[in-house]
Amino acid sequence: MAITLTESAADRVQKFLANRGKGVGLRLGVRTSGCSGMAYTLEFSDEILPEDVTFESHGVKVLIDPKSLTYLDGTELDYTKEGLNEGFKFNNPNVKDSCGCGESFTV
Amino acid sequence: MALLQISEPGKSAVPHQHRLAVGIDLGTTNSLVATVRSGMSVVLHDEEGHALLPSVVHYLASGVDVGHAAQAQQSRDPQNTIVSVKRFMGRGVHDIADIGHYPYRFVDAPGMLQLSTVAGIKNPVEISAEILKTLKARAEKSLGGELTGAVITVPAYFDDAQRQATKDAAQLAGLNVLRLLNEPTAAAVAYGLDNASEGVFVIYDLGGGTFDVSILRLSKGVFEVLATNGDSALGGDDFDRRIFCWMLEKAQVPPVGPEDTRLLLTKAREAKEQLTDHAETRITCVLSTGEVIDQTLDSATFNELTQHLVNKTLTPTRKALRDAGISIEDVQGVVMVGGSTRMPQIQHAVAEFFKREPLTNLDPDKVVALGAAIQANVLAGNKNENELLLLDVIPLSLGLETMGGLTEKVIPRNSTIPVARAQDFTTFKDGQTAMSIHVVQGERELVSDCRSLARFELRGIPPMAAGAARIRVAFQVDADGLLSVSAREQTCGVEAHVVVKPSYGLSDDAIANMLQSSFSHAEEDKLARALREAQVEAERLLEAIRAALEQDGDALLEATERAELESHMQALHNAISGTDPQAITASMEALNHASETFAGRRMDASIKQALTGHKLDEIKV
Repeated sequence: MAITLTESAADRVQKFLANRGKGVGLRLGVRTSGCSGMAYTLEFSDEILPEDVTFESHGVKVLIDPKSLTYLDGTELDYTKEGLNEGFKFNNPNVKDSCGCGESFTV
Repeated sequence: MALLQISEPGKSAVPHQHRLAVGIDLGTTNSLVATVRSGMSVVLHDEEGHALLPSVVHYLASGVDVGHAAQAQQSRDPQNTIVSVKRFMGRGVHDIADIGHYPYRFVDAPGMLQLSTVAGIKNPVEISAEILKTLKARAEKSLGGELTGAVITVPAYFDDAQRQATKDAAQLAGLNVLRLLNEPTAAAVAYGLDNASEGVFVIYDLGGGTFDVSILRLSKGVFEVLATNGDSALGGDDFDRRIFCWMLEKAQVPPVGPEDTRLLLTKAREAKEQLTDHAETRITCVLSTGEVIDQTLDSATFNELTQHLVNKTLTPTRKALRDAGISIEDVQGVVMVGGSTRMPQIQHAVAEFFKREPLTNLDPDKVVALGAAIQANVLAGNKNENELLLLDVIPLSLGLETMGGLTEKVIPRNSTIPVARAQDFTTFKDGQTAMSIHVVQGERELVSDCRSLARFELRGIPPMAAGAARIRVAFQVDADGLLSVSAREQTCGVEAHVVVKPSYGLSDDAIANMLQSSFSHAEEDKLARALREAQVEAERLLEAIRAALEQDGDALLEATERAELESHMQALHNAISGTDPQAITASMEALNHASETFAGRRMDASIKQALTGHKLDEIKV
């Protein structure tokens, strides 16, 4: 299994990284907080840590720590527009339930 | 499912605690809102895809329209459609020079003027709040949550009252103002000048109806406004009007009604925009009279038509440079702001003037909002500490005087504001019951080499042995640069404090005066100059007549004639000490008139004298 980006997500990430002017890739993760137990984190990364698992998708390097990977394996990250809002969306097959807003989830 | 943005390393927000922050460019003609998404500053659009929100508010008997809908009502219902409300912010009726030109029903009120509309009396703060509310709603829809705060931009020359009014409007709109930011500084931030370079930058801002030029100095991440200048009645609209006049002239149609005027002005604006990247454009429309307008305008003609408008922007630019004491060679970069700077002739003129290509790669309509959004993102805490923009810092250390005239620094220079520091001091003599606190600013060790900001006394210290009292002196600088200093004796609790403005040791009034003097005193200066010129001219005339009277007065004038002449001289003398140049000119004319006979006789006498004793053939004609 792996973590993948849709083409539109990869385009965006590359654009944002170029705009930022530095960074080695995109770091995905989960942490325990939020109303439903787990929350996603999505950050720029300036370094690859020794324990990181890395994936490459449409030219974007995705970094993830092994613990988070167990919750995220198989996730596809997409970039979508909803009305006036736009942003990244986790399509995570491991999710059993998420809170109404979708910012946190349980596995 | 919520949509996520990419955060800086370690800055992922806890769910439901996103720090959504926006930058708002509250403009005279148009307003915008922008935010930073995944590290990138972007302008937010409305449902129709418009980025610009016309700063127009239309009041109805019930309800209110803002933006394009309001703009559409402008010519139909001018009294209730408020445009350019920014010009009225923090202003009274007496402050508005051209108040007769507005179609509104003004109501004078202490502090700020008000406008009577169909929805009742409204003040500029309430009207601006309507614009801000619309932008806030747009932002919350676009970001999917409530805003943490906003940075709102204001012109660099805005004074305290205008800044406060802007803050009040934001509060009324339900926005938390993280900070007011100067528009030119925001533009510089959008171009990343704050983290790239040091030096002097010029911000050339030609909007729809106003022109502003600002000279900024950037050093160690701090922007300092060195000078501002401009023309509050010059903008893209004037260029439209030139095309409009040219069309009427060319078509040889009689003056048109308001509806056709609006139609033609719209066509003129479209033509102007076309000429930005086309060599010529065709203008066609049908007037309400049935007359058909079909003309072709090429860029050469357009340039010719508007050459004087372009030149009009260079005069304030020159003045600003002179005020800042900066020469063109010192300028590190020129930033173009405002939609009107898209016109090629403007870009050429600016490039030629500064001998360098101006920065134009960001959309000039959006650059201020983009910069404000970047600043808002930092202030909302979405960036790492070490990347904090040092936009607002204390330029010089703040401290107080200790025994022997030495400076004790309490807040070191380059501390980011807001900041608060306290330090304990004690008494110097046995039984000392009062302490004088002298607040100073500067880097030098001796107080005499620093700038004195304020002095105050703490009295009522209980008599104690020297060194026993504990007096805590606290310095606090708020986000707007306001310093307050308090001193408190810890054992008995006596307290004293003072509020000072540390920025330059100048009061806001003085700073505002300096910045705005060229704007608001232009008319006064002109008048003063006219008066001085008239006075000089009148003195010269009086001096000449006095000398003539001395020489020939007794010989050529009857006593009554002389008395009359002297009374006119006295009248002029009185007028000179007055302040009305026209009165002086009138008195001068009267005196000139009264002295005609005398002058004539003097002429005759001197000719007679010249001719006496000469033969006719000796005189060359």
